[in-house]
Amino acid sequence: MGTPFPFAAIVGQDEMKLALLCASVDPTIGGVLVFGDRGTGKSTAVRALAALLPPMKVVAGCRYNCDPDAPAGFCAECLARAGGQPSERRLKAQSVPVPVVDLPLGVTEDRVVGALDLEKALTQGIKVFEPGLLARAHRGFLYIDEVNLLEDHLVDLLLDVAASGENLVEREGLSLRHPARFVLVGSGNPEEGELRPQLLDRFGLSVDVRSPSDLATRVAVVRRRDAFERDPAAFSREWEKETARLRSRIVAARRRLAGVDFPDSVLEAASRLCLHLGVDGLRGELTLMRVARAVAALDGATVVDLGHLRRVAAPALRHRLRRDPLDEAGSQVRIERAVGEVLAPEGAAA
Amino acid sequence: MSDALLAAALFAVDPVGTGGISVRGRWGPVRDEWLAALVALMPERTPVRRVPSGITDDRLLGGLDLAATLQARRPVIERGLLAEADGGVILLPMAERLSPTAVARLTAVLDTREVVVERDGISVRHATRLGVVAFDEGIGEDERLPPSLVDRLAFAIDLTDGDIEDAAWTRADVENARAALAGVEADARIATALCEAALALGIDSIRAPLRALCAARAHAALRGAVSVDDGDAATAARLVLAPRATRLPAEQAPPEPPEPPEPPPPPERSDAPEPPEEQRSEEPEPSVPLADLVLEAVRASIPPDLLASLRGPATPVARSASAAGRAGRPKRDAVRGRQVGTRSGRPDGRAPLNILATLRAAAPWQRLRGGDGRLEIRADDFRLTRFRQRTASTTIFVVDASGSAALSRLAEAKGAVELLLADCYVRRDEVALIAFRGQSAEIVVPPTRSLVRAKRCLAGLPGGGATPLAAAITLADETARAVVRRGNSAVVVFLTDGKANMMRSGKADSAGAERESAAAARIFRAGGTTAVVVDTSPRPRPHSAQLARDMGARYLPLPYAGSHELSGAIQASTRRPR
Repeated sequence: MGTPFPFAAIVGQDEMKLALLCASVDPTIGGVLVFGDRGTGKSTAVRALAALLPPMKVVAGCRYNCDPDAPAGFCAECLARAGGQPSERRLKAQSVPVPVVDLPLGVTEDRVVGALDLEKALTQGIKVFEPGLLARAHRGFLYIDEVNLLEDHLVDLLLDVAASGENLVEREGLSLRHPARFVLVGSGNPEEGELRPQLLDRFGLSVDVRSPSDLATRVAVVRRRDAFERDPAAFSREWEKETARLRSRIVAARRRLAGVDFPDSVLEAASRLCLHLGVDGLRGELTLMRVARAVAALDGATVVDLGHLRRVAAPALRHRLRRDPLDEAGSQVRIERAVGEVLAPEGAAA
Repeated sequence: MSDALLAAALFAVDPVGTGGISVRGRWGPVRDEWLAALVALMPERTPVRRVPSGITDDRLLGGLDLAATLQARRPVIERGLLAEADGGVILLPMAERLSPTAVARLTAVLDTREVVVERDGISVRHATRLGVVAFDEGIGEDERLPPSLVDRLAFAIDLTDGDIEDAAWTRADVENARAALAGVEADARIATALCEAALALGIDSIRAPLRALCAARAHAALRGAVSVDDGDAATAARLVLAPRATRLPAEQAPPEPPEPPEPPPPPERSDAPEPPEEQRSEEPEPSVPLADLVLEAVRASIPPDLLASLRGPATPVARSASAAGRAGRPKRDAVRGRQVGTRSGRPDGRAPLNILATLRAAAPWQRLRGGDGRLEIRADDFRLTRFRQRTASTTIFVVDASGSAALSRLAEAKGAVELLLADCYVRRDEVALIAFRGQSAEIVVPPTRSLVRAKRCLAGLPGGGATPLAAAITLADETARAVVRRGNSAVVVFLTDGKANMMRSGKADSAGAERESAAAARIFRAGGTTAVVVDTSPRPRPHSAQLARDMGARYLPLPYAGSHELSGAIQASTRRPR
């Protein structure tokens, strides 16, 4: 890809940016769904991630982006390289940009899961596995634009891998598995078709984006976009400082994340909120906690408070409400009301 | 018509920045002339590629070149049309029929300026800068260009009538303008004015002012200026913003409808009253703010009848229903049996041979088979593409909203439809809604998966008036046929008391209307569409049963049943045939 639009230069759309940052800080949050109007910079934001995120270390030459510091998760090839015993030999590492892999809509299954390497098979008559997009997205992001138009069998496949963190290949006489843990990011326009409920639930965060309605914001969007389109390289340079600042914020948040304290009172409030909204299962509560912690880490806080919870309640829960598909009132209103009732600053003390 | 050429010239100056042109009008000499004029303006040897609406991914994006692959014994990649059009133009005849998948491909290329191929074991990307000319040949309201595509194209012109004059520019002018384009400055005032105008016109998408800015710059470059002036902005607004206007730039904003109306189709701007040059030459008084000037240019180019229809205090409910109906564009994925895998077998003409899978199957054996340098493929290697015929089902509800029905059953019919909608949602089926009352039947909701919209339109459905049953049956028949043409299966559910009393001619004559509806029903039957007639009259009446017989439909007399029973009964009778 050419120069992507810098993440830091995206005007407004704070919820979307926050959600993506949280997922970058804590990939276990479980994916981000961005639904909304046309031309609101959904794809722009996701594609900008690669240039924003700090590079990651991978085992040199590994086709599956194995982490040299986490031998437990090695692919078969790295295991062999390490001499069978993961801890025995330290593998050579190299630094690469975090993969943000675009899953184009018409992608074929063999490109997603990987397949027999045709060239090697034809020319040398040997069976070699050619990794697909799932392998490439390992430890990074897998982005599906127009996710609501994706064919069902691919959706099922992705869900399966996203849930297990592993891609199991059984085709063309090949039989292997490799790690494939990635943050699934989907975007789409609800007018063009709704998302299957099963898929909806798998995303950790769900963000609604709207076109900005005030003139100043719109002018800013148009001017920045115009400047970018005229000279992408110069525009990116102009934003390099801002990008670097954001990057170090992410790095700091990642370091801080494990140490962020989650007091019982806030935990309780999160549970009450989920109960109040009738969110099914534990997944909502778990996500809510993780995201709140990530936000706290991004803020530089050491303790999660109700304010963090309030900020992430909508994106973490909006798509989990048991909903009447025809209910127009929208989850947004219900969540806001519940947040107002349950997470009122005074109520927390009780 | 001069705007059509002006748009062509601006597009020729900056195909990538402006994105493209949507051209309303069917194939014919005028369109050919216009296209010839456009090509004549583009630099020589500009690649122009025509993308048929039924294009497959391998041709669009590129894929494995079979002949070359077999010969070379290694994968040879063939570039697709999109990559071939780099630096040039993609033409989309019958763009309204383009599959959502193909549209998504195109828009991705317009956004990222590169073609990404991830298929057939290939992974390549080609930098691709192109512009799009989309021909909109749709007739009906439900045949519109894909909104996601239109959103990215700066211009919308109409060639339905009128002639093409001689272009005022030459290829050399365009080439000069292209060379100068990068140096053309546009100050903040211009961007602000265009954004302001877009907001005043009720244009939600932020791409509109952005494209307008590109158009303004191209216009400045074309007239040899080094910076965008007010005239350029006004022209750009007229060309880019006016066709997207959803409301009037009135001093006092008209009362907002509850839901922001969808952008209407490009207004029929047959023969824009002012030629562009005149407008530009008018020097604006310095006191007039630029945004006002821009708006004035837009206002002048919107035909008076459109203004009237926007301004008029038409019955709000009816308007919102029809506006949303118009907005229903073909936006669903036609699932024409999708490829779900491969199986071994002999090609028998029904299941297509999957070349790639066949090669993969043959590859590991090549050494054993001792090929003499040629690829040896045996019958065992053949792999056929398996399709799953999960044709999406479209349920077309035909709701009698006439006075007789409205009194008793309209609310219940609505309730039943809502339940069925919820059911369709779970199955990911499509729904369409036709209502008939007064003198005609209309498609309130074209086939869509967006149930929220269907529900909204249903709720806003007014009742009252006569019963034009024949018109409703015919419309249902046409809609069902259109659905089947796209590879889906259709089920029609009529909710009526079966008592026709309005003829097609608009004459209120019960006997004549019944004759007409019986005839329409027989034509419907010949189409073989699965149908259910739900009798909504207070007590079962022979009319509806007769109607069902004529239509070859199942008859469900459910006079006292509530919505739930109705929904259950319809489901039971529509499940089986699918």
